Amino acid sequence: MSTMTRKLIKGNVAICHGALAARCDAFFGYPITPQNEVPEYMSWMMPDAGAVFVQAESEVAAINMVYGAACAGKRAMTSSSSPGISLKQEGISYIASCELPCVIVNVQRGGPGLGNTLPGQADYFQTVKGGGHGDYKLITLAPWSVQETYEFVPLAFDLADKYRNPVMILTDAIVGQMIETVDLHGNFEIHEYPKPWATNGARGRAHNIINSLWIAPDVMEGLNLRMQAKYAAAEQHDVRYQEYMTDDAELLLVAYGSPARICRTVVDMARDEGMKVGLLRPITLFPYPSKPIAEYAASGRRFMVVEMSHGQMVEDVRLAVNGAADVTFHGRRGGAVPTPTEILNQVRAMFGKPPVVSHYGSSGETRKGMPA
Amino acid sequence: MQKVFERPKGLTDTEFAYCAGCMHSVVHRMIAETMDELDIIHNTIGVCPVGCSVFMYEYMACDIIEAAHGRAPAVATGVKRVLPDRVVFSYQGDGDLASIGTAEIVHAAARGENITVIFINNTTYGMTGGQMAPTTLIGQKSTTCPSGRDPATAGYPIKVCELLATLDGPSYLERVAPTSPAGLVKTKKAIKRAFEQQIQGKGFSLVEVLSNCPQQWKMKPIDSLKWIDEHMTAVFPPGVFLDR
Repeated sequence: MSTMTRKLIKGNVAICHGALAARCDAFFGYPITPQNEVPEYMSWMMPDAGAVFVQAESEVAAINMVYGAACAGKRAMTSSSSPGISLKQEGISYIASCELPCVIVNVQRGGPGLGNTLPGQADYFQTVKGGGHGDYKLITLAPWSVQETYEFVPLAFDLADKYRNPVMILTDAIVGQMIETVDLHGNFEIHEYPKPWATNGARGRAHNIINSLWIAPDVMEGLNLRMQAKYAAAEQHDVRYQEYMTDDAELLLVAYGSPARICRTVVDMARDEGMKVGLLRPITLFPYPSKPIAEYAASGRRFMVVEMSHGQMVEDVRLAVNGAADVTFHGRRGGAVPTPTEILNQVRAMFGKPPVVSHYGSSGETRKGMPA
Repeated sequence: MQKVFERPKGLTDTEFAYCAGCMHSVVHRMIAETMDELDIIHNTIGVCPVGCSVFMYEYMACDIIEAAHGRAPAVATGVKRVLPDRVVFSYQGDGDLASIGTAEIVHAAARGENITVIFINNTTYGMTGGQMAPTTLIGQKSTTCPSGRDPATAGYPIKVCELLATLDGPSYLERVAPTSPAGLVKTKKAIKRAFEQQIQGKGFSLVEVLSNCPQQWKMKPIDSLKWIDEHMTAVFPPGVFLDR
């Protein structure tokens, strides 16, 4: 890590540096906590870089501005948090149907409804099962650190161009708000994808039409099949995940984003107690690392999924396992964050051990040096 | 023999699918002629609405984008901001612009977004079967106000030019009624003027065209034009609301 490029910054600010490194042409945003640093920093970083920043009148307008800029063949991006992402779903469906590349960031908060501004992961279904109408998928990247947040923006733009599909960076209020040292190395290979389909003026060619209205069912079904072929290709070539102490693990924790950070601590705690626990962290939530999960299930491992939701990604683990292994779940919801101790207690139960005695609140966390 | 009238280059050779007597095809032609005259076909990006004119992409020879219902001004903003040297226009009906897309049109105008909006006001949702629109006149019948629009339950028609004229952003707002040869000439002039304002970088321009829907109004085309003159212009007076 070069000292020249080392910075101590928030995850949300790292998104902006990542966008600049990706040569993002345009950012369209709207205020909502806990992602406000993104439009704030973009409002001065983008003009400084000769790029476009617009504060839209709504999340609905912002995603449609992204649609317009993507139609023009430019790299366009927006960010929001859960309730705002719900508002963008119509536009996301159109963008997917028109096969346009763009990047959307969701710094997830507690829900449903207005919820709160605390961390959450209850937008998993909305993101990977298609929050808008119709058969489409979002390629979804889930960072667990500020470093990854930075690096995933250029990756997201590259995947968006490669598949001509919107890419979601699904992060949360912890990763977005926490401050870590990050190396803003700028070492990204920016592939130039030709965009002969762009509506940027029909000079010297027939006019281009960008459209998602296809009245004839055979044409509309053909588009659907073409999209599904892309998704199948993404499942072949672009599954990403990380493993931690999985080789000899009897129990695999499966978690993404900030709960995966907590679970890494739990793995260390469990190993200290002689329990063979590992962590499998999906990095792409679509395409999902179903294959390695299925292989671990076939070799007799057990699974425990940890999420800041009432259990959403756990369904994809169960689909991958397909009845071949036990899958348990530990979740917190509505902005509550699981503590290492409460996860460890569930791990201990699975190994037939009694829980660690709780000294602090209902979470089971022990805080040394704190008044009782 | 000299050719004195032909299809403008701004139109494709696809036949219009609009109903007989509908003004969409007339206004489409005027936009195409404007693109010809200003030599901007290859430099223009159009944005279509949802409604009957959703199919505008079939007819315009320029690059064209189909937007979600009401979102055309936001889509046009996205295009224009990344391609400021292109000409960008949206074409929207009253349901699209003055109901579901109210926020988008007001804020594009307030930002002085350097785009042109052609607004077709025919007081009805033509494509979906003649439901009440935001511009439906008091007492006018529709499939969702079969006894006539009652302000007690359905409120009052929205006057888009008057509304937008309160803003500092727009540079040119005009309402026209292409119901006579003079009205047609005025309409064409207004459309061309709106495009020129954009090319000169003056900011947001909008032309509201008082239009008809013989099908849903259940009138002969000629009667529908009379109805515009007799009823619509009283509520939506033609004229230049802003020119700066």
